[in-house]
Amino acid sequence: MSLAGLTGGLLIGTTRLLCGPQARWVDCQPSTRQRIYFANHCSHLDAVVLWSCLPPPVRRLTRPVAALDYWGGGGLRGFLAREVFRSILVDRSGADPRAVVDHLAESMGQTDSIILFPEGTRGTGEELAPFKSGLYYLSRKRPEVELVPVFMQNLNRILPKGEILPVPLFSSVSFGSPLRAEDSESKAEFLDRAREALLRLVEP
Amino acid sequence: MKILAEPRMLWLFGGVLVLLVLASGIGWALDRTARGEKARAVIENLNARIRAWWVMCAVFAVATATGGLGSILLFGLMSFVAFREFVTMTPTRRGDHRALFWAFFFFIPLQYWLVAVDWYGMFSILIPIYAFLFLPTRTAMSGETEKFLERTAKIQWGLMVSVYCVSHAPALLMLQIPGFEGQNALLLFYLVLVVQSSDVLQYVFGKIMGRRKIAPDVSPNKTWEGFLGGILSATLLGSALWWATPFTPLQAAGMSLVITLLGFSGGLVMSAIKRDRGIKDFGTLIEGHGGILDRIDSICFAAPVFFHLTRFFFT
Repeated sequence: MSLAGLTGGLLIGTTRLLCGPQARWVDCQPSTRQRIYFANHCSHLDAVVLWSCLPPPVRRLTRPVAALDYWGGGGLRGFLAREVFRSILVDRSGADPRAVVDHLAESMGQTDSIILFPEGTRGTGEELAPFKSGLYYLSRKRPEVELVPVFMQNLNRILPKGEILPVPLFSSVSFGSPLRAEDSESKAEFLDRAREALLRLVEP
Repeated sequence: MKILAEPRMLWLFGGVLVLLVLASGIGWALDRTARGEKARAVIENLNARIRAWWVMCAVFAVATATGGLGSILLFGLMSFVAFREFVTMTPTRRGDHRALFWAFFFFIPLQYWLVAVDWYGMFSILIPIYAFLFLPTRTAMSGETEKFLERTAKIQWGLMVSVYCVSHAPALLMLQIPGFEGQNALLLFYLVLVVQSSDVLQYVFGKIMGRRKIAPDVSPNKTWEGFLGGILSATLLGSALWWATPFTPLQAAGMSLVITLLGFSGGLVMSAIKRDRGIKDFGTLIEGHGGILDRIDSICFAAPVFFHLTRFFFT
């Protein structure tokens, strides 16, 4: 096994021990078809926890989208982003959101799925921030790809923004019913609908 | 391995093994005869519970066989997971993060380390005094005051019930009982056996003849028939096992009555917390049972009192 594979396995094992994530496939089944998983973002653990909840064959085809300015460097971070997660790095300072979308669509190719955090940055976990428009443009550009809402609960309590030491609570990861941008839908309408789909997955 | 070679321990384990085989047989027979959707669901849950009992008994046997350290480690892990379950369902806030980190990674290990090194004085005050004073201080330093008293009270309560109370079970190993030296593992086994069999017997009596509910708003499954049948039969069982303890048969009966009643209280109180939070179980770790905390709620309440009664009257 390669060093990247080994690191990935180790990360997934540690994450499972630490976050005890319970995957709930609510209105969706695991599949290797091309998908865009869009999730709420409030912890550094989000991507790896979501990743760990996918069955291995799906996981191998699924790549998180990460910020170039944070994950693009060398060293451990660069190694994790490039080799372990095979992240698609995007420039979020970018003047041109269309260029980011083109880059994503191209990197996905015809087989890969991606994990996207449409809030753009980590929040406190108490409220879901408005979505950036990239999700809409991407769905327009690749209308055949399903968008799967994923709501992750409690990760903001396990490792909140600004903390380095985790508190090992249990978490849950809920996969909701897939959606696509309709032809008749405006950008605002679609982003609202996508946000609602995410909020519907909140457990009481 | 010494303690497993103790003939009385072998008898206890043998008895449990026979019960498990019997239970599995009955579960299998019921599974073949049960008709109707509701009956099937009950039987399926019953069989899941029985399967889980096999695993739990095996884990407990291994822990006991490895001597004191194995039991301390097992109960320490159970406390850790139980506290995880408790805090997960408690609405803590960002400002509690550091205090919770201390609770998980400092106070829980320390409490069980104190059991391992036989430091009774510190063991009995670490959480009621030091954690009680330190954790709210740490939370206050974070500056977040919203619902401050509620949050700190809940964290302290969770620590008391899932760590402090539970740690009294392995603490039985440090008691110096004249004429019973080196046999304390039997006492731990006795506590767990009587409390858990009381749970099972209350469930069985309740399912077979339960009519009058005790507290329908708290726990719809608790009935007077189940309560009386379970408490009395478990007390009888506990008295019949006096030979595994330092007690006379009559003393064993008294002890069993006390710990089964406390076990009942534990189940009732933890049910009230679950109803308040709107959840059915604390977790999903043990198939058919729920979480760790759902399984050990009765031990949480029974262990400290059994420990102190034994310590007061027999050491």
